[in-house]
Amino acid sequence: MDWTRILTNVLGEMIAPTTAAYALAAVGLNIHFGLTGLLNMGQAGFMLLGAYGFAIATIAGWPIWAAALVAIAASALFALLLGIPTLKLRGDYLAIVTIAAAEIVRLIGRSTALTSLTGASSGLRGDSYKTTFQNLSPFPTGTTTIGPFSYSNNFSNSWWIRLVGWALVLIACLFVYLLIRSPWGRVLKGIREDEEAVRSLGKNVFAYKMQSLVIGGVIGAVAGIVYVMPRAVQPDSMGRPMTFFVWTILLLGGAATVFGPVLGSIIFWAGLMLIKSIMRDGISDTLISSGQIEQLGWVIVGVTLMLLVIFRPQGVLGDKKELAINVR
Amino acid sequence: MSAEPTPIDFRSTAARDLQHVERTPGAVKPEPILVADSVTRHFGGIAAVDVAHLEVQRNAITALIGPNGAGKTTLFNLITGFDRPSSGRWTFEGRSLAGVSAARVARSGMVRTFQLTKALNRMTVIENMRLGATHQPGENVFTALVPPLWRTREREITAQAEELLARFKLLDKRDDFAGSLSGGQRKLLEMARALMSKPTMIMLDEPMAGVNPALTQSLLGHIQALRDDGTTVLFVEHDMHMVRHISDWVVVMAEGRIVAEGPPDSVMKDPAVIDAYLGAHHDTDLGDDSLLEDEPTAATAGKDAP
Repeated sequence: MDWTRILTNVLGEMIAPTTAAYALAAVGLNIHFGLTGLLNMGQAGFMLLGAYGFAIATIAGWPIWAAALVAIAASALFALLLGIPTLKLRGDYLAIVTIAAAEIVRLIGRSTALTSLTGASSGLRGDSYKTTFQNLSPFPTGTTTIGPFSYSNNFSNSWWIRLVGWALVLIACLFVYLLIRSPWGRVLKGIREDEEAVRSLGKNVFAYKMQSLVIGGVIGAVAGIVYVMPRAVQPDSMGRPMTFFVWTILLLGGAATVFGPVLGSIIFWAGLMLIKSIMRDGISDTLISSGQIEQLGWVIVGVTLMLLVIFRPQGVLGDKKELAINVR
Repeated sequence: MSAEPTPIDFRSTAARDLQHVERTPGAVKPEPILVADSVTRHFGGIAAVDVAHLEVQRNAITALIGPNGAGKTTLFNLITGFDRPSSGRWTFEGRSLAGVSAARVARSGMVRTFQLTKALNRMTVIENMRLGATHQPGENVFTALVPPLWRTREREITAQAEELLARFKLLDKRDDFAGSLSGGQRKLLEMARALMSKPTMIMLDEPMAGVNPALTQSLLGHIQALRDDGTTVLFVEHDMHMVRHISDWVVVMAEGRIVAEGPPDSVMKDPAVIDAYLGAHHDTDLGDDSLLEDEPTAATAGKDAP
């Protein structure tokens, strides 16, 4: 077995833009679930909307800041739309509505009626919306090798997107760090515990839940932009499985913590890469084909998660007394 | 405080003011803080609450009693905005509160507690307390991001919280999760938390339910101390002992209606109350175990009476 290569793969996955994007999405979901107790089962919908908003606006010739604003506005509007009818109801309703709404966004995006705008099911090609972002890069054109990693400076899966992606993760963490310790965060935690009690203390619960939904959703939209930067906008790659991965990452790292979502994302993607690399190298092709290895990787991730829920329900960084998956 | 020449003795004022109030349902009080008119709440065909007129005297402890299903908690929910009435209007300190949201009712100075304690279990005791405070600028999402804008207020709130916790003997639990407290301590915490906003009126829904006898005495003391500090108290309670011990005025509900009102000693002798609720045991301690066997019979007898 070639351990250097496996280790390189795993380390590469740890700093990959996709890992950063998922970390960011999980930070957003953490505001929903970890802080407020909102069951948002449609985080992928926020991400896809962000990706569409950014890509379509860029293709229309808008500058990068305006395109980012479009993504943010679209996700904020989406949050308002979802929240107004559901936030006055019990938590489960939000779960149902968000999972359905995320699917609606995906299905509308891939419908042939919008081919000119969204490219329907084949999506939007990366080259069509990446240039404004790549032009912002301070790096010269070329490829840089740092240690075992060699990536293009600016194009697609670049050092530039890694830098920006992880900087955004850091900013989001700082944001959550400030909010989680503020009186605002305290009201959200109170809502997570018991809405009625918080209402009886004179707080406008609906407004707080709405703020939480919007903020978490906007972070999700930014995550969506980071996610599509090294690839294309593919509606079908941003469906329900994506939402479930984000949930997994959040619970793995520890809900209601600042760095839990980030650690969760790193462990999740690095772990998956490790399992798959070992299987590819260690098990002969005659026994398991490479396609099966891909599937088996997910099976092992699933089993690991079950063990996690049983033996460490609060996640890696979580406080069992504060928020664990299996208590309520 | 010391500047005031003589502090008002609310205990004797309440007794004196209520002395001449008529002992009839819906009686007019000399200084009502809460006035409700024709408040009804229907669940299907059943009128859970049908209150023609109710006045609650300011700076007094008023008990709301009645048999199970009399509509006491429903009336509480209506007044505090946690439920919408089928009809009716009510004013608190002269302002109409009909149709006002629960949060705004609380902000106007009328804070409630719940029959089933709602301590925020996975938050610490001190965080529970801080949440009860008002005028914290850091509760705005933008201000929250700039700690210097809310730290001063946070320090004031914390000091106030610690003072209240000390009064309720919970200070040594300050940093424990509220979920780790005993049932009685949670009741105390909930009451202390409600006091953080310095309410003019506090509504306690069965403050004694599930509290062990050792804590009962201190809880009673706290409620009386509230009145003595000038807070109006309205509470729902089943424990007759407690009602008689601390209340200045008793309102009796049965089947959604107010059937009697009066000072604790005389109201228990009111035939309407005996019919509706107390049965044969109106002047004995219902907390006494030896009476428990007879109770179903008494209840049935009460119900059968026209």
